[in-house]
Amino acid sequence: MEHTDLLVDWSRAQFALTALYHWLFVPLTLGLTFIVAIMETIYVKTGDPKWKTTTKYWMGLLAINFAIGLATGIIMEFEFGTNWSNYSWIVGDIFGAPLAIEGLMAFFMESTFFAVMFFGWEKVSKKMHLTSTWLVAIGSNLSALWILIANGWMQHPVGMHFNPDTARNEMQNFSEVIFNPNAVSKFLHTVSSGYVLASLFVLGISAWYMLKKRDIAFARRSAIVASSFGLIASLYLVTTGDQSAHDVALTQPMKLAAMEGLYDGEKRAGIIAFGVLNSAKTISNDLDPFIASVEIPGALSFLGYHNINAFVPGINDLMNGNNKRGIISIPEKMKLGKIAVASLGAYKNFKKAKDTEHAAEALKVFQAHQKYMGYGYLKKPEDAVPSIALSFYSFHTMVGLGSWFIILFIISLYYTMTHEMHNKRWLQYLALFTIPFGYVAQEAGWITAEAGRQPWAIQDLLPVGMATSNVATTSVMITFWLFAVLFTGLLIAEVKIMLTQIKSGPEGH
Amino acid sequence: MFDLLTLQEYWWFLVSVIGALFVFMTFVQGGQTLLYRLGHSEDERDLLINSLGRKWELAFTLLVMFGGALFAAFPLFYAVSFGGAYYVWMAILFCFIIQAVAYEYRKKPNNLYGKRFYENLLYINGSLGIFLIGVALATLYSGGNFIVNDSHLSHWTLASYGLEALLNPFNVAFGLMIVFLSRVQGALYFLNSLDAPELTKRIKKIVIINFLMFLGLFLYVLATILFAEGLVYNPDTLIVTVKSMKFLHSFMEMPQLAISLLIGVLSLLYGVYIAVQKNAQNAIWFTGFGTIVAVATLLFVLGVHNSVYYPSLVDLQSSLTIANSSGTHYTLSIMAVVSLLVPVVGVYVVYVWRSMDKTKLTIDEVKSDSHHY
Repeated sequence: MEHTDLLVDWSRAQFALTALYHWLFVPLTLGLTFIVAIMETIYVKTGDPKWKTTTKYWMGLLAINFAIGLATGIIMEFEFGTNWSNYSWIVGDIFGAPLAIEGLMAFFMESTFFAVMFFGWEKVSKKMHLTSTWLVAIGSNLSALWILIANGWMQHPVGMHFNPDTARNEMQNFSEVIFNPNAVSKFLHTVSSGYVLASLFVLGISAWYMLKKRDIAFARRSAIVASSFGLIASLYLVTTGDQSAHDVALTQPMKLAAMEGLYDGEKRAGIIAFGVLNSAKTISNDLDPFIASVEIPGALSFLGYHNINAFVPGINDLMNGNNKRGIISIPEKMKLGKIAVASLGAYKNFKKAKDTEHAAEALKVFQAHQKYMGYGYLKKPEDAVPSIALSFYSFHTMVGLGSWFIILFIISLYYTMTHEMHNKRWLQYLALFTIPFGYVAQEAGWITAEAGRQPWAIQDLLPVGMATSNVATTSVMITFWLFAVLFTGLLIAEVKIMLTQIKSGPEGH
Repeated sequence: MFDLLTLQEYWWFLVSVIGALFVFMTFVQGGQTLLYRLGHSEDERDLLINSLGRKWELAFTLLVMFGGALFAAFPLFYAVSFGGAYYVWMAILFCFIIQAVAYEYRKKPNNLYGKRFYENLLYINGSLGIFLIGVALATLYSGGNFIVNDSHLSHWTLASYGLEALLNPFNVAFGLMIVFLSRVQGALYFLNSLDAPELTKRIKKIVIINFLMFLGLFLYVLATILFAEGLVYNPDTLIVTVKSMKFLHSFMEMPQLAISLLIGVLSLLYGVYIAVQKNAQNAIWFTGFGTIVAVATLLFVLGVHNSVYYPSLVDLQSSLTIANSSGTHYTLSIMAVVSLLVPVVGVYVVYVWRSMDKTKLTIDEVKSDSHHY
């Protein structure tokens, strides 16, 4: 049951819209919950009421963010059903489990102890309150774990087999799904990016107080925690990013090639440190992919394969095939995929007619080609290539900003430790204006991961064109615009409330 | 260790219990609709909101959990219903998106749209949201306009994508029944959790009116369920056929379920009775227990005894049963192991609830709390 391109595009647009909005709020929650837990721990250890004030102030901002994060999150789960119902059946046997476990293991923990964290200061003991704050932090990060196990499986499906009788993928090995290398690196990379964003948030707002020359002691306390937590997290982010890129190289070579705008594969492939893509470049012409670029030789080979001499396949190698490297071309994969689709159909028909002999033959043919079944649903070979511009620019934006964050944290940590940050206006401005770039880096990372794996809902198995619900395009358009208006309205209110709370300062809490 | 049917029944049981717990927790939504009915001053409304505000997330979590459990255990239902009754589910989602922010933003300075706007969002969530959830649950009995093909891919046959359910009086009555039940529970929750004697008289009045409305609708819904035609499937061939008074037969042949339903209803009646006649403040625990038992029974009976739990109104053989819509034996087994965590979650939820509610909430406490809604 194939869908029109328009329906697929709107379904993708709606999912992208809701996910991008959701992702504006989740990383801050992931990191800020830990930051307030650290601050409250200092309060409980030292008994210093100033740390309690500091904790409560950041908790107040967390609450504003948390609410809208929840609001935008609930639809993500249900959208798999509403907009990707074919997907829900074809992989629901595997994909549903982590979502259900997330609810049971993480979401309950978060929501139960959330009430204690915000309303329990006078109702429970100090230790019980501190435990609750940590459990909210752990719960929100556990939630990310299960979601990213599910997402990691979409990027690199493991631990299952295709059942031709039910026409779906079925789970065979749960531990393979959980310990999927893509899921592990994705989880670590994502949560550490959340810690970085929260640190930038706390550092930037603390810098604003310093600029305004108010609540200096509070701002310094907050900046110390943010700088040290941020530096550790951002350095860790580099290592998890490296692992993530390695996983992409092994399992999603087309995504890696798109991220680097690499058309012709090569040994000692370089990373483009800075580049402007040539918009006239396509797979079918020989134009230079870049108008201007600065390359670091060998870095892509090293990043992708941990070997400076490794061969990195380019888009042309993957599209046209490369016998020397054992790469099958996309048209060939499509041909094999179509055989798989046709033989599966034949198998079903023979089975219905109770013709067991021919059914067995058709099944044999299917099993020989099922690896390529997903390609059988592609309309043209070019569909197998994601948007190069989107992948390239989002990846480079993320990496460039991530590098800047490390430098910022080093400088701010140095000056907070030497008690000089409150005198360094240039640093205060830098810290303040870096906050929005933290959000840009988050969204860029999400786009790299998700747009880069197109056209696949499940890598190599299920293209998005096969995964959508069979609903009218206009229905999806209507809900898309409703979401856009509602979320934008709520976002504006959230920002306004947040700014007012920040201006009122820690004593206003 | 267990055969597939046992696991399917186990998971249908869990889904039923989670659904029932959610229906109980909709006292939060019911309470939201009583904000102006019950709270005559700003202080009173603040007290009501802050009392509900300590619990709303649990209701929200149970809804997410209900969806997650259905996805994991019965993915075909997830695909057919959510992807088919598109407008209904989307409307439900909109009603819940607005709830999450309304609590937090209502009293915040500079909240852009004003306090009343967020209170209206809470009202929409508590009335329309719960009504539509009731309608969606009713379609488990009354069916939907879907077709499932040989590859188990489905589509809805009407362009109204689920909204046509609103034309069926049974569905509407079911939805309203849940709304009135949530309002009874919401009022009883206030009775239990607030130290505000001046509200007691108003609460009782609300309980009586809403309970009578609920009772009338419940009797109609129950009679329809028991005496209407239902669908059954042959466990060997999986062929679906029509059977008259299907659920009456189910209850007669499984008396334990009939007893369970009766216990639930009696507990609910008893809770309302002691609240109204004896001024009992703990009535919510009886009505709550009754709600959980009765709703869990009414959901569970749909899936067992060879019943169809989601009839197709256009193609009988497309109808969903726990046998034709579930995950595999492997996945259900894994998830059954994971479900052993349920008691752990239950214990800490109860522990936290008791810790937070050991004293009744007063307006002074709300005002003195640094974080309040």
